[in-house]
Formats: sequence, C-alpha cells, structure tokens
Amino acid sequence: MRVHAQRAGALIGGLMFPAVSLADWTLNMTPGVTGISNEIFSLHMIILWICVAIGVVVFGVMFWSIFAHRKSQGYKPANFHENTLVEILWTIIPFVILVVMAIPATATLVDMYDTTESDVDIKVTGYQWKWQYEYINEDFGYFSNLSTPRDQINNRQAKGENYLLEVDNPLIIPVGKKVRFLLTANDVIHSWWVPDFGVKKDAIPGFINETWTRVDEPGTYRGQCTELCGKDHGFMPVVVKAVPQEEYDTWVAEQKVAAEKERELTQKDWTMAELMERGEKAYQTACAACHQADGSGAPPAFPALKGSKIALEDMAAHIDIVVNGKSGTAMQAFGNQLSEVDLAAVITYERNAWGNNTGEMVTPKEIFDYKNEQ
Amino acid sequence: MDERTPAPEARPRTNARVVSWCLAGVVGMFAFGFALVPLYDVFCEITGINGKTGGRYEAVAAAEADVTRTVQVQFLAQNGPGMPWTFRPVTRSIDVHPGEPVTVAFFAQNPTGAAMVGQAVPSLSPSEGTLYFHKTECFCFNQQPLAAGESTEMPLVFIVDRDLPEHITKLTLSYTLYDQSKTATVSDTDRPITTTNENG
Amino acid sequence: MSAVADTHAQDHHHGPAKGFSRWLLTTNHKDIGTMYLIFSFAMFLLGGTMAMVIRAELFQPGLQIVQPEFFNQMTTMHGLIMVFGAVMPAFVGLANWMLPLMIGAPDMALPRMNNWSFWLLPCAFLILVSTLFMEGGAPNFGWTFYAPLSTTYGPPSTTFFIFAVHIMGISSIMGAINVIATILNLRAPGMTLMKMPLFVWTWLITAFLLIAVMPVLAGVVTMMLMDINFGTSFFDASGGGDPVLFQHVFWFFGHPEVYIMILPAFGAVSHIIPAFSRKPLFGYASMVYAVGAIALLSFVVWAHHMFTVGIPIAGQLFFMYATMLIAVPTGVKVFNWVATMFRGALSFEAPMLFAVAFVILFTIGGFSGLMLAIAPADFQYHDTYFVVAHFHYVLVPGAIFGIFASAYFWLPKWTGHMYDETLAQTHFWLSFIGMNLAFFPMHFLGLAGMPRRIPDYALQFADFNMVSSVGAFMFGATQLLFLFIVVKCVRGGKAAAAQPWDGAEGLEWTVPSPAPYHTFATPPEVK
Repeated sequence: MRVHAQRAGALIGGLMFPAVSLADWTLNMTPGVTGISNEIFSLHMIILWICVAIGVVVFGVMFWSIFAHRKSQGYKPANFHENTLVEILWTIIPFVILVVMAIPATATLVDMYDTTESDVDIKVTGYQWKWQYEYINEDFGYFSNLSTPRDQINNRQAKGENYLLEVDNPLIIPVGKKVRFLLTANDVIHSWWVPDFGVKKDAIPGFINETWTRVDEPGTYRGQCTELCGKDHGFMPVVVKAVPQEEYDTWVAEQKVAAEKERELTQKDWTMAELMERGEKAYQTACAACHQADGSGAPPAFPALKGSKIALEDMAAHIDIVVNGKSGTAMQAFGNQLSEVDLAAVITYERNAWGNNTGEMVTPKEIFDYKNEQ
Repeated sequence: MDERTPAPEARPRTNARVVSWCLAGVVGMFAFGFALVPLYDVFCEITGINGKTGGRYEAVAAAEADVTRTVQVQFLAQNGPGMPWTFRPVTRSIDVHPGEPVTVAFFAQNPTGAAMVGQAVPSLSPSEGTLYFHKTECFCFNQQPLAAGESTEMPLVFIVDRDLPEHITKLTLSYTLYDQSKTATVSDTDRPITTTNENG
Repeated sequence: MSAVADTHAQDHHHGPAKGFSRWLLTTNHKDIGTMYLIFSFAMFLLGGTMAMVIRAELFQPGLQIVQPEFFNQMTTMHGLIMVFGAVMPAFVGLANWMLPLMIGAPDMALPRMNNWSFWLLPCAFLILVSTLFMEGGAPNFGWTFYAPLSTTYGPPSTTFFIFAVHIMGISSIMGAINVIATILNLRAPGMTLMKMPLFVWTWLITAFLLIAVMPVLAGVVTMMLMDINFGTSFFDASGGGDPVLFQHVFWFFGHPEVYIMILPAFGAVSHIIPAFSRKPLFGYASMVYAVGAIALLSFVVWAHHMFTVGIPIAGQLFFMYATMLIAVPTGVKVFNWVATMFRGALSFEAPMLFAVAFVILFTIGGFSGLMLAIAPADFQYHDTYFVVAHFHYVLVPGAIFGIFASAYFWLPKWTGHMYDETLAQTHFWLSFIGMNLAFFPMHFLGLAGMPRRIPDYALQFADFNMVSSVGAFMFGATQLLFLFIVVKCVRGGKAAAAQPWDGAEGLEWTVPSPAPYHTFATPPEVK
C-alpha cells in the first residue's frame, strides 16, 4: 500500500511541475558547431529532400488513382499488368539517385576518418554509469557523474533547466584545436555522443576506438550515452565545455595544482565530522545509484548497507571491498576511481550513517597505507 | 493421423529429400555461426580491423630504420572491472622511426594481500595501423603473476613497419589488464579457439 | 474461429476430434493456422501491454511508474515478444491457413511436425515470460542482447532466455522446412513456380531466410550460454574474446530477420491491392525477382547496424553502398503496387485500407531506412529515437498492418461470415491515427538528440513524448476492437460467398466459405 501511495504521490507531484514551459517543438537535426556536424547536417537535408521529392511523385500518382480511379465513381479498370520499359526505367532511375546520394556521403565519411596530427588527446572511459576523462598528455583526469539530484528524478523537486544533461565535472576542451578522443570502457559497451559535434563512437571494453573534433564556438555542449549499458543508461550524460585557449591553459594548470592538493589532503589530519560531511557527498555520487541514498540498496543485485555485516563488522573487510571491488558482481574496485580522501570519507560515512553507529573512522592516510603496503 | 492425406507414390520420398536438404542447411548454418568466430579472427588478422595486435613477430630480415620519418606511439593502460592493480606505462609516448626496434616498459603493482594473476589485452588505434605494428617481445604474450604487494616493470619491444601508410602519424597502443586469478587454473586446452590472446 | 470446424464436423468422415485433444493433437493445417493466429494475437496484446508500460513511464520526464531496471526489462521483453511471439507466428499462421489453399494442396507436407512446431511456441514463451518473476528479473539488455551486458552482466534469468530462444528457433526452423516441403512438393498440377501466387513466393523465400539465419541465432545464444556457464570467452575481452564479434554474428542473423518479418506481408499485400483495384498485379515477375534480390542483399548489409563500433572506412563504405542498394528492389515493389492501383477500379474495404496504409507508411519507413544507411549521417541517428521511429514504421504498418489486411481479407474464408465493415474501418482509422501519432514524433525526438532505451529524458523532449504516448495508448486500446470484430465475425454475421471479393483471384476462393475442414482432396487443375 505504501508503495502505491508513494507512486501516486510521485505521479501527482510530476503533474504539478509541468515541464512543458521549458520544452520546445524541435523538428529537425541541428547543424551543430563543428565542420563535421555541419557536413552531416547538409547531407541529412539533401537526403531528406530527395526522399520528399520521391515521396511526392510516388504518393502523387497513388493519390491521383485513389481519387480518380474509384469503383464508386464508375471507373472501369484497365487491364495492363506489365511494361518492360517502365520497369527497367524505375530500376535504373533510383539507382542513379542513389549514386548521387553516395558521392557526398563518401566525401563526408572520408573527412570523419581524418588522422592528421591532433593538439589535445583525451582518453574517455565508460563506466556503469559515468564517464572518466584523462588528459593523457597532461597527467591528470577525473570522473564525470550526473549531477541532477535524485529528488528531481523522483519528482520531489522541480526539474532544473538541464535536467539529466548536467554533470559535476564537465569535459573541458580548447576551441579551434583538434581534439582526439580515445575511447574504451571498463565494464560493458557504452557510446559517447555529443550531437553538436557530430561525434558518436562506441566505447568497448578491452578495445580502443578513436574519433576527433574541432569546435569553433565556445560554449557548453550536451549529449548522452547512446548504447544500452544497464540500469542507469539514461543517467550518464556527456557535458563538454569548449573554452578559449588561454582559459583552457589556466584550467589545466589549476587541475595540476588541484591534483597536488588532493595528495596533500591525504596527509592532513581529518576529524570525524569532516569525513562524514565529505563522505555524504562522495557517497551520493559514487554509491547512491546502486546502494540508494538511504543505504537500503536494491537487493539482490545491490545489497543494503544499512545494518549490513560489511558496514558494521570487520573494518579491513569493508576497506577491501570498497577499494578492490568484488569480482563477479556489480561492485567495482573504487581504489582507482576515488581519491584516498574520498575512500576514507565514504567508508567512514557508511559505518556511521543511517543508524550504522559504529563510531569508527578511517583516515585518508590509513587508506593510502592500505593501498601501498599490502 | 495423416491417413487421410492422399499419398501419390512419389511424395513421401520427395518430402524426405526436401527435409534432409533443409536439415543439412540448418546444421550447416549452425556450424557456420560458430565458424564465424575463427573466420572473424583470421579476417581481423589479415585486415587488422578490430585493432587487436598480432602475436610475436619474427623479423624476416633486419629492416633499416627510416630516419626520414617519425611516428608518435602513445601508450595507455587501464584496468578491467574489479582489477585493483596499479598499472601504467612508464613512458607515455615516444617518437620512433619506422623500422627501428624500440623498448618500453609498463609498471604493474599488486597492492592486495593475495597473489594474483593478470593478463593484459592489447588494442591499437587507428585499427588500420594494426598490421604495421610488430611486437617482438611483450608482457601481453603471457599471464603476469604477482605476489602480494609485488611490483614489476614489464617490457615491450616493438617495431613500426616501414610500410606504415603515410597518413598515419600517431599510433595509440592500449592495454587493458584483467584479473585472471579465478580462471588461471583453467588449462589452455580447455579454452575455446577464441582465446587467441595468449599469443597476442 | 472454431466455427470452421463445427458446422462441418458432424457430416464429415474425418472431422476434427472433440474438445481439447482436437487442438493438442491436430495435424490439420487450418486448426494449426488458427492456433498460430490466436497465439500471436495473445502475444501481441502481451507485448503491447509492455509497450503501454514503456509509454506510460515516458509520458513525462521523471520516474513515475517504474524503476529503470524494470523499464529495461519491459523494452527487452516488448521487443522479443513482438518479434518472435507476435509477428513471426502470425505469418506462420497465415502460411498454414493459406499456403495449402493457394497451391491446391490438401494440407501441409509434414502435418505432424506442424503440430509440434506450434506447440513448442507456447512452451518457449512460457519460459520467456516466467523470467519476469525470477530473482533478478527478466532479461534487461534489449532485444539485441549485446555482450557483455547480456553475458558477464546479465541477470540470472539469462540462461532461461537462451533456452527459450533455442526452442522458438527450433519451432521456426520446423515451420520453415514445412513451408518449403509444401511449396516444392504439393503444388497442384500445372502450377509452375512462376504461376505461384506471390504470398506463396514470398513465404518460400522467407522460409529459406529462416533456415539460413535461425541456426546462426541459435549459435550466438549458445556461445552466450557457454560464456555464462562454461567459462569460455567468445565475447569477453578478458579471455581474448571480442564483444564486437557478438554484434557481427547477431546482425548476420538480425538483418535477414527484419526481412523475414516483412516479406510475407509484401506477398499478402500483392494479393489485396489487385483484388480491390480489380486489375491484375503489375509486374508479377519483377515482384518475384525483387523479393529474391532483397533476400540476397540482406546477407551483406548487417554491419550497417554497427557503424559506430569503429569499423575502418573501407568497411563503412561497403556496408553503406550495399544497404543503399536494397532501396532499388524495394522501390520496384512500391512502384509496382502503385502501378497496380493506377487506372484500376478502386474500392476501400478494410483490407484495402490497411494495404494502402501499408504501402504509404512502409515507404516512409523505407525513406528513413535510406537515411540511416548513409553512414556519416548514421553517426547522428544511431541509437536515437530516429531509429525507433524507423523500425516501428517498417514493422507496425509493415508487418502488423500487413497481418490485419490479410486477416480481414481472408476472415470470410476462415469463418464463413463477413466481418463488420463499419467496425473494421473504425479499427483501421483509429490504428492509423494512433500509429502515426505514436511514431511520427519519434523522428523529431531522435533528430533533436533523444537516445533510445532510456527511462527518463531531458526536458526539451517532453512535448513530443507526451504526444507519442497518447498515440500509443490510442493504438493499443484500438486493438481490443480488433479482438471484438474477430470474435463477432466468428460467432455470426452475413454469410460469406465462396468469392466474397469481386476482384480477388486464386484457388483459395474456389472452395466454399467457410473452408471445409478438408480441402483439395483431389488436386485442382491449374492452367
């Protein structure tokens, strides 16, 4: 009963926040902001109009027959049933039209496969259900998670402008530069798509794929994962910010400093309250999708943490499963995904939230040692 | 049941014939489905379309390095799901002349408290370059056992073929490291033909 | 449709048995055809119900009715049930009923195998549907079940799904063998291959396609089974396998499969349009050659489903050109249908309405197919709602409208009664409007950037999704009307003449309506 009441509530809630005012009635593909996306757009329009023209002719004849050659109008049927010339013609003409279509299509395809020197190389790794971006020439990288609050998804809060198309850490690229993407995946096949760039490529576990783009206009561009990758396939957007070169350079420098700071944070002495605060945040991005915000999980695939043996008993086992994952299950190894600080914070949080009152905490330093000494 | 169907003399025989032909087709196509696996591997080896680099390369004759040309080779490393090792290339990127043998290394560390076995799976991009990337020595030819806490530098010796198409100026070699500790006990003969990876 | 038998059972020496055993043990092609049609309609309603769940969740942004896990199970089961449970069995049902009547044969060539191939189907779907109630839920990886999502990451019920696919595959293969044997061996004297009705031709070619590709499907699910349970790694990169190989093998089956679902409809429409145009079919021979060409080409285009997996440019170009080439024979068929209507004496009873809608809407689906074939543009269309719109435009007005048109066309022959024309036309118009309302906006959604298989979406997609859901509800509810019309027609109605349509031709119209339990005990002579 309670579930039904909740659902009914959610439904009413959903109806009360009409999204309609924000929606638009876009009918067509948008040209996008790159050379390739513009080429694709014009190709799309050429073929669309060719199809419309063929449609007008074919359906024109058909509707003429429907209106003029009706039995109810007393029309007497003809009796022809073949005409070799006509039949040959309507085999050859479509063939010629296809050749006409194939020429620009081939040209665009050749442009897409251009392998000239790139300015920035970024490795994109698909995870269930987030993207990892690594600036391989610069030695830093980060994860990009959906930042839309769960409350918006569950209709407990009005939906924001970029509902489901917003992330915590967007990919930053410089404008006017050729950016090369190297795509792979950790678990299942994902597909990285930014419509405005005309770039879509599958990220396949164990294999590397490449594609590229050159964005001319600064701006924020949004896309999504386009290969069904499990439960939260609809919740792993791609957000790319194209910024001027100077801004990009400053940002890269900041990232390097931040990475250094993160290492320092590990050495800092953390209090329980600080860890709990940071842990809650880290838990929401890294863990809540499966184990739920209230730790109740979604058994059997995603066990509850609230009141669980792992979170209440042996600390070493808890650290082990978070850092190293559990093979054969959906539990990933977070050791390489989260910083020592976040790992310590999450574990501390899980051991003390939702009535899991162990009072125990683990510090980033301990995690660091755990990872290095074992 | 079918006593009511009029049975001209010839019919039962032709039915049997049609059915046997069809069944032969069914069996053939089922086998073909499985044959697609090695066929695909052979096809990929010839064309390099899936980016899977080949096995150990035996140089026919020591080719001279083409010093007029430089190709950048990039190295990537990542872990498969649930693989806790630290795994990274020692050299991120290197400029090489086609024809010269080059040695690089990858670093791997097993931070866990148990001995584990890893297997690196190679992939090259652009896949067109796969045919022109030869490995004479690679850690990916074998499984890598590491004791608890042990770390190692694993060598890779390769030659970029002089026939590499002109328009390719950069090759990216990526390794994904998978945890084989559970399956390592399965002997090689028990594995299917798809396991071309032991030598690749 | 039991009326077929009841009226004739008593006075006939070899009449049907009574009660349930009649249906369980029957080897009569009409009984088996009826069972196939009833089964496929039941599956159509079940798969449709799942579609309603999907459209209800997508009615507006946010998660309202189901959670993403269950949503994925719904999209997967909807696809599997519609493809393997509704469309394919419906065509086998039509083949069972009509092939012997059209070629002047007393029954199918292998009647006992016929019985078996039907009864395997309910077993297969019982297994498939039961996965919904298993721990971990039903398959949730899409009807294309790409590895490794379906292998390493699949739910425990995947093994049952594989078993169900094996059983339905065996059923389809047996059905196909039966069709081939019947057509090759049981044609009435004088009926040469090039005198065969087009429905017979298209089914013959479909049967060959089934024999060629269903074993490949069986092979690919067997490999999955081995990967999941026996530690092989066909599709697992960690053991040296290749997830992309799965897609190659799957689509080697999958592309001919889409023609399996459309070719018999081509055949049926090629009877209906001439009948209601009162004019012979234009270009019979070119129709046959076109179907053959489509079937052959369907084996060399599979990778157009995989343009984004990273195929080298030479491969992209080959598959793009080959796919575009399919437009030629398909175009020939459409032109022939239009030429058949041209200068005919047209009337628009329900079968003709569905057939004309078939031609128009299938052509629209063909246009979007041509757009998808253009590899560079496909990078934008791939895995968006544009694809969903495309394949629903070829499958709903293609396969489903083809089946409705056939059903109305031959119902008088099956039941001996005329169906209620007013209700049937209402069914048509509501289906037509509902279908277009549901699927046309999906083109816009896809072009605007909405990926497929997502349970929730960004706000700019809200309006068209709402329209689409309304259309889907309308289309779904309308199908209950079809059930009513058929039941009403079976129970009574205006008696149908042996030849209820003045323009229809073929041997099936030479037997009385309803068709007696046994027909063509002595083969007719075809001149």
